[in-house]
Amino acid sequence: MQALGIDVLLKGNNFIRLIDGLCTALRISLVSVIFSIVFGIVFGIVMTYKNTVISVVSRVYLEIVRIMPQMVLLFIVFFGTTRMFGLNLDAELASIIVFTFWGTAEMGDLVRGAVSNIPKHQYESSYALGLNKAQTYFYIVIPQTLRRLIPLSINLVTRMIKTTSLVMMIGVVEALKVTQQIIEANRMTAPNAAFGLYLTVFILYFLACWPISLLASYLEKKWSA
Amino acid sequence: MKKFKRILAVITAVMMIVAVAAGCSDTSSNADNTSKKTVYRTLDEIKESGTVKIGVFSDKNPFGYVDENGEYQGYDVYFAKRLAKDLGVKAEYVSTEAANRIEYLQTGKADIILANFTVTDERKEEVDFALPYMSVSLGVVSPDKKVIKNLNDIKDGDEVIVISGTTAETYLTENHPDIKLKKFDAYAQAKTALENGEGAAWANDNTEVIAYALQNKGYTVGIPSLGSKDTIAPAVSKGNRTLLNWINDEIKALGKEKFFHKNYEKTLADTYGKDYEEQLVVEGGKVKK
Repeated sequence: MQALGIDVLLKGNNFIRLIDGLCTALRISLVSVIFSIVFGIVFGIVMTYKNTVISVVSRVYLEIVRIMPQMVLLFIVFFGTTRMFGLNLDAELASIIVFTFWGTAEMGDLVRGAVSNIPKHQYESSYALGLNKAQTYFYIVIPQTLRRLIPLSINLVTRMIKTTSLVMMIGVVEALKVTQQIIEANRMTAPNAAFGLYLTVFILYFLACWPISLLASYLEKKWSA
Repeated sequence: MKKFKRILAVITAVMMIVAVAAGCSDTSSNADNTSKKTVYRTLDEIKESGTVKIGVFSDKNPFGYVDENGEYQGYDVYFAKRLAKDLGVKAEYVSTEAANRIEYLQTGKADIILANFTVTDERKEEVDFALPYMSVSLGVVSPDKKVIKNLNDIKDGDEVIVISGTTAETYLTENHPDIKLKKFDAYAQAKTALENGEGAAWANDNTEVIAYALQNKGYTVGIPSLGSKDTIAPAVSKGNRTLLNWINDEIKALGKEKFFHKNYEKTLADTYGKDYEEQLVVEGGKVKK
């Protein structure tokens, strides 16, 4: 224990601070994930329409998200909005906006892929049964899409949780930042604490992401039957 | 379809360029904005609001860090606490990184930055610096048995260890091109190299080498101050004259009670030892030559 420097965690409120930081990271990512899924499904379905304007707009949006590093987006939303419009966004809110902006694009792309993979006869059979377009989407297309989406979106969700470490750049103190603070504060007394602390953070992130993976595989099994 | 795709690609490309151009011209329109409305809060506005937002490092021990109880501590924070106390307001600390300190001031998200902020000409264009409260330069550490007290002590066959990309590397390359450098990418590698005798000495920021010599027996800082002296000062948003003047007066007043010496003894002495107090501390805003 001594060698790993984990005893540093037991000093004062260190461990509680670390858990607090993890909660901040999870709060940002989970709120963003929920918004991303809702907006992403809408965006994905819209993208399947064969309309030039829609394709161009969504293409530009997708490319911006793909090309821009998340860090740049964070700076634009947090500092840029203040510069341009005098808006003073809370750092956590700015993070949620950026992560939702990013998540919606990726989610939308996944949804588009999943929707266009639904065989044509599914639509045709549905229309033959007398369902209208909205009903077809609601009862036939979306349920099947969701099933196909689960494994893909879990990947996105865990990626979002991991990427929250960037929000320290706009002053949000999350798990990784707390770790760095603890390591630095004990630089003299426990110079080797870094390994133990990063190991702890690794385990914490794992514990946070693992249930999501479990849920995904459970749903996948349940729905495939 | 192919044609359609090509048109789409062209449109996308054009829009991208427009977006980038808009992003670039941003800076020029900013200048107009700031002249119309101020982003910063004046001294009176800060006093009225009851809190002053001070940007500090949260992971740079011993300048600004967070202790095990979640409280901000360090040389910069000790000063920040005093500023808040004398302003008669509560201090609200904002955790900043080296890369975003200027942004915080330019958007008024922090009133003062006290984050080991070295005064440079480029930064002076972006923010306003108050009087300095610390001074740093380069230093050279060498083994006790062959202390390098002067750069002339370095013999032809000897090499000086530096970390790539640091000011030490730039300074020695520019001013002493005859000295052979042994470059490493990371602190740990340079440290091992010195301990293995791969170089006659190690040049780095003087705070770093002083702390190193104090923690590792058998090494002495032969040259504690080399090259031009850089100062570390509080910074405020460009044009925030009321706050800037107040901080300057405060620093001068604090000089009378030797505040920064007290601060050094409380926060830095453990890391740098008492011997270098006069080298590092700037009292009353006056830098000794």
